[in-house]
Amino acid sequence: MRKRYLIPLIYIIFLMLPIYWLVNMSFKTTNEILGGFTLYPHQLTLSNYVTIFTDPSWYMGYVNSITYVVMNTVLSVLVALPAAYAFSRYRFLGDKHLFFWLLSNRMAPAAVFALPFLQLYSAVGLFDTHLAVALAHTLFNIPLAVWILEGFMSGVPKELDETAYVDGYPFWKFFIRIFIPTIAAGIGVAAFFCFMFSWVELLLAKTLTAVAAKPIAAAMTKTASTSGYELGLLAAAGVLTIVPGAFVIYFVRNYIAKGFALGRV
Amino acid sequence: MTLELRNVAKRVGAQTHIHETNLVIAEGSFNILLGTTLSGKTTLMQLMAGIQKPSSGEVWFRGRNVTQMPVQKRNVSMVYQQFINYANLTVYENIASPLRLAKLPEAEVASRVNKAAELLRLVPMLQRRPHELSGGQQQRTAIARAIVKDSDLILLDEPLANLDYKLREELRDELPKLFAGRNAIVIYATTEPTEALLFGGNTATLHEGRVTQFGPTSQTYRRPRDLITAQVFSDPPINTAKVVKRDGEIVLSERIKWPAGKAGTAIPDGEYTLAIRPHHISPIDHGNGRAMVEGRVLVTELSGSESVIHFDLNGRTWVSQSHGIHPFEVGSTARLYVDVEQSLFFNAKRELVT
Repeated sequence: MRKRYLIPLIYIIFLMLPIYWLVNMSFKTTNEILGGFTLYPHQLTLSNYVTIFTDPSWYMGYVNSITYVVMNTVLSVLVALPAAYAFSRYRFLGDKHLFFWLLSNRMAPAAVFALPFLQLYSAVGLFDTHLAVALAHTLFNIPLAVWILEGFMSGVPKELDETAYVDGYPFWKFFIRIFIPTIAAGIGVAAFFCFMFSWVELLLAKTLTAVAAKPIAAAMTKTASTSGYELGLLAAAGVLTIVPGAFVIYFVRNYIAKGFALGRV
Repeated sequence: MTLELRNVAKRVGAQTHIHETNLVIAEGSFNILLGTTLSGKTTLMQLMAGIQKPSSGEVWFRGRNVTQMPVQKRNVSMVYQQFINYANLTVYENIASPLRLAKLPEAEVASRVNKAAELLRLVPMLQRRPHELSGGQQQRTAIARAIVKDSDLILLDEPLANLDYKLREELRDELPKLFAGRNAIVIYATTEPTEALLFGGNTATLHEGRVTQFGPTSQTYRRPRDLITAQVFSDPPINTAKVVKRDGEIVLSERIKWPAGKAGTAIPDGEYTLAIRPHHISPIDHGNGRAMVEGRVLVTELSGSESVIHFDLNGRTWVSQSHGIHPFEVGSTARLYVDVEQSLFFNAKRELVT
């Protein structure tokens, strides 16, 4: 019977190994990391984390990232809600083509848009602002959110809308008081994916910022500083970058399962 | 003081969902829309409620043209086949929602909700959410929401179709009581002829977007104006055959014929479509002028106290529905007795003659 657990165990070890190694490194000094192979920190140190939480050039990276990610998530979901409602409830000329075209926006690599965005945002004075990154990411996230939300909305019978109108709800009152709570799970899933894509996207975020809105992922690419290689510090930054994602996943895991069950996501 | 549809039609693209319809429905009446799936029952109801606008024609209510009036401004309620409730609200708030939108004082809301909840036996569930209720209770909640606000027009679109047998019977008994003593017009859509007969009231038969007949239920059933109405309003399907009336006889074929009887004597000689309901054909000869036919048995459905026998008569499948258990072997020849006095005759235009 023992054998049954062997293969999953090996699989999990392989999965967890890089993460373990990252956490392991983050508690070591750079000397220990470069000095040799150690399975656990022999000289346990928190100095890497202390540096990150005290040095503005580090922690502002997180603040910047979270700022534009939250802006982007809110913006994407707010814009996607009415669009998804229209796709789910109305038939109009070219609706299916438009829906597909929206989705096809996700198929182009971000690099394609880096140059036009950089030029455009510089011209209108948005360069190096949180809004610039948030707006750039909506290009990918709004189609995704529309697509996810449309699936959830189409799962709600249109008779619900009609019942509400019959009961006397004006459209907006129905939409906000009844419809949005009904598809709360879908909004959760859409927001989660917007958050995730925006959080891990590096190219646009790096291209469109310089100092004021520099994301953490960009800060992490400065591997060498005046004091030489700071591998421990980078590992600690990496660990802290995983945390928000893991945190969000923990809260929406049930909704995501539901999203899979509905055939979207 | 009525609801009137004047030449109302609904077209979507090239398709006609509802052909020009004229209906006058009296206040305080119970009306049934009877038709198969996709016959246009739901569309017709939505046109009455104002959820959809007619492509042409007008809707009048109490002497006012309400064609362009949005549904929110009309005093209607609707119950669907699916159990539609507001998932994020408690049962109490679900029932209260039309009253809150009408901005009634809190005390009035509470008393009305409690009254409706009592009628529909929902009092212990008031603080629960719809998904915590059984199907029957969910539909009761929807019905409570429909009756709580004293609507002028209550639309019930196959409200019992998704309930199991027991609950359906229970609610079917309760429904007419809920509407008794109200001034509201009640419209009840169903696919089941039996349900229409149980409710009584008036029945409009619908076929492919056309109201074929509207009148008191028993009259629509007994004297269908045309063959389509007779077919829509019969379960199991009504038996039909091409017949010729000549020399005081109804002739199906050289072998199958019977004396015209009272029903057949009144009509002139010629070709007709004969229609006869399944329960007027029985394996037992009850006398009084029944005609005996012989047919090859195709299927026998035996329920506890009833036999439904499908048999081949002159190349057509006919059905007999009778009391008692009559276990005919499939493939055997059955002798069945047709109560020919119950025959309906339709002319070439498929209209009822006599």
